[in-house]
Amino acid sequence: MSTSILIPRSGKGAEAMQAAALKGRSLWDDARRRLLRNKGAVAGMVVLGLLVLAAAIGPHVTPYAYDEINKEDVWLAPLIHGHLIGADALGRDLLARLLMGLRVSLAIGLVATFVSLVIGVAWGAVAGFVGGRLDELMMRFVDVLYSLPFIFFVILLMVTFGSNIILIFVAIGAVEWLTMSRIVRGQTLTLKHKEFVEAARAAGLSQGGIIARHIVPNLLGPVVVYVTLTIPAVILAESFLSFLGLGVQPPMASLGTLIANGAQDMELAPWLLIFPSLVMVVTLMSFNFIGDGLRDAIDPKDR
Amino acid sequence: MFRFIGRRLLVAIPTLFLVVTLAFFMMRAAPGGPFDSDRKLSPEIEQNMLARYGMNKPLGQQYLDYLAGVAHGDFGPSLKYKDKTVLDILRENYRPSLRIGLSAIILASVVGVSLGVLAALRQNRSVDYGVMTVAILGVCIPTFVTAPMLVLVFASKLGWLPSAGWNDGAIQNLVLPVTVLALPQIAIISRLTRAGMIEVLHSNYVRTARAKGLPEHRIVTRHALRAALLPLVSYLGPACAGLLTGSLVVEKIFGLPGLGKFFVISALQRDYTVVMGMVIFYAALILLLNLVADLLYALLDPRVRLG
Repeated sequence: MSTSILIPRSGKGAEAMQAAALKGRSLWDDARRRLLRNKGAVAGMVVLGLLVLAAAIGPHVTPYAYDEINKEDVWLAPLIHGHLIGADALGRDLLARLLMGLRVSLAIGLVATFVSLVIGVAWGAVAGFVGGRLDELMMRFVDVLYSLPFIFFVILLMVTFGSNIILIFVAIGAVEWLTMSRIVRGQTLTLKHKEFVEAARAAGLSQGGIIARHIVPNLLGPVVVYVTLTIPAVILAESFLSFLGLGVQPPMASLGTLIANGAQDMELAPWLLIFPSLVMVVTLMSFNFIGDGLRDAIDPKDR
Repeated sequence: MFRFIGRRLLVAIPTLFLVVTLAFFMMRAAPGGPFDSDRKLSPEIEQNMLARYGMNKPLGQQYLDYLAGVAHGDFGPSLKYKDKTVLDILRENYRPSLRIGLSAIILASVVGVSLGVLAALRQNRSVDYGVMTVAILGVCIPTFVTAPMLVLVFASKLGWLPSAGWNDGAIQNLVLPVTVLALPQIAIISRLTRAGMIEVLHSNYVRTARAKGLPEHRIVTRHALRAALLPLVSYLGPACAGLLTGSLVVEKIFGLPGLGKFFVISALQRDYTVVMGMVIFYAALILLLNLVADLLYALLDPRVRLG
């Protein structure tokens, strides 16, 4: 656009002046290009894509079912009898269980993060926007929940509703929203008084227009970054619960239960510990690389 | 300064009060009770048990009684362990948690800060990349992976260290649990330190210090490090509370007696008083450590005024 010569291409002040009239290169176009230049983030996305694909398709194509018990295959080492990475104490194929566990862990990560996203953004945005007494009240509530140990919530939820997989999603999401709400509130507070919001108001943009065009897009950056860092935290939390025997119940598997079982039998069958751990670490790493890359891409001032 | 501490402590009381209230009613809302067992108790015995612990009164009255007790420093008797009060249980079990947690914090701080400073001074060189790789690995490898792996190598294969047990806190029994706890903290601390140092090293007053001709080591230790540690201080407060109240995973894998394990067992058995005691302990520790963090903040950064 030739008219944009006088206006800096990016930056928040410019954004406000452009208002509705111009269609320049948006914040998000810039962010995408920066993200794609980041080797770590791209590698993370490729690896994560492969993992998701494996978790989605894998359980349907493995020669054994994840809960199929084979008495003669107990503790078979990798590459014997068609068990590519060995079999466990009940002769179940580790590959099938690992793919199933990956699917469960990824699903828990996504659903619980979504729960925390919805609660956290709503809570934080309301507190930040309304301000005053209500803000104080809502944030004090968050402080109180922060001071309760995580495991306390989880155990209470478990004993109240029984140990089912949906509940694990909700329980973890219900704990993880606290940080999200703090981030969103802080962002909303600073954005509310920024010059570019004033400028937009002066230019005659409606309240709804300001929120849609200026508050939300700027809020979205930190939220997206935090989401990509919440997913691995949730996967970790689930595994931690499963490790303590409070998470996914057998014969269903998650990365946490597989590692816990593998740790019990590690002297006899180290592959039962090594392969699930490897998958877990690779999954968490790819999420972390994507999260770091996104942060650098969306918030370029840290570079 | 004393006014600041006093006011913060006053604000902490209502927070603590809300925590107690919330925890009390949440726990009572959960089904089951401390006297449920496989063998069904006769109704008379159950009534007597409830009466003995004042649990036959209405819930609101029990809550008030409990608050009154806590205000006098009386956390009540354990419902599961006969002849033991909650304070007895805390006293008998905090020592291993404290010892391991404290060692892990010290180890993590020393190693993490050194690595972070080193990486910042050699930014974008191989040392920096090495440290950051370790930091990413440390964040991504959970303790329940590192713990069994280290046991497999150092205990089972090499036989250098015992695989589990407390053994009255002998050094060789502490090495593995402390290392496992410290590793993820080292990762986070070195990242925070590096980020802080890089920012500070570009600041005006460091340039001034350089222009004055101060030797590099003095600039780093006296001027830069002090400011670079600020974000670390606010991170360490809550992190310490988590480590000091006992890590469940580490206690479970290494078979250590500690608060974490007690907490889970008590919650599962509905030992109401013990769970409440631990919740209060944990919350109070978090509030206290946050206060300490704020004080340290003011000590390190003269621009921060307490008031």
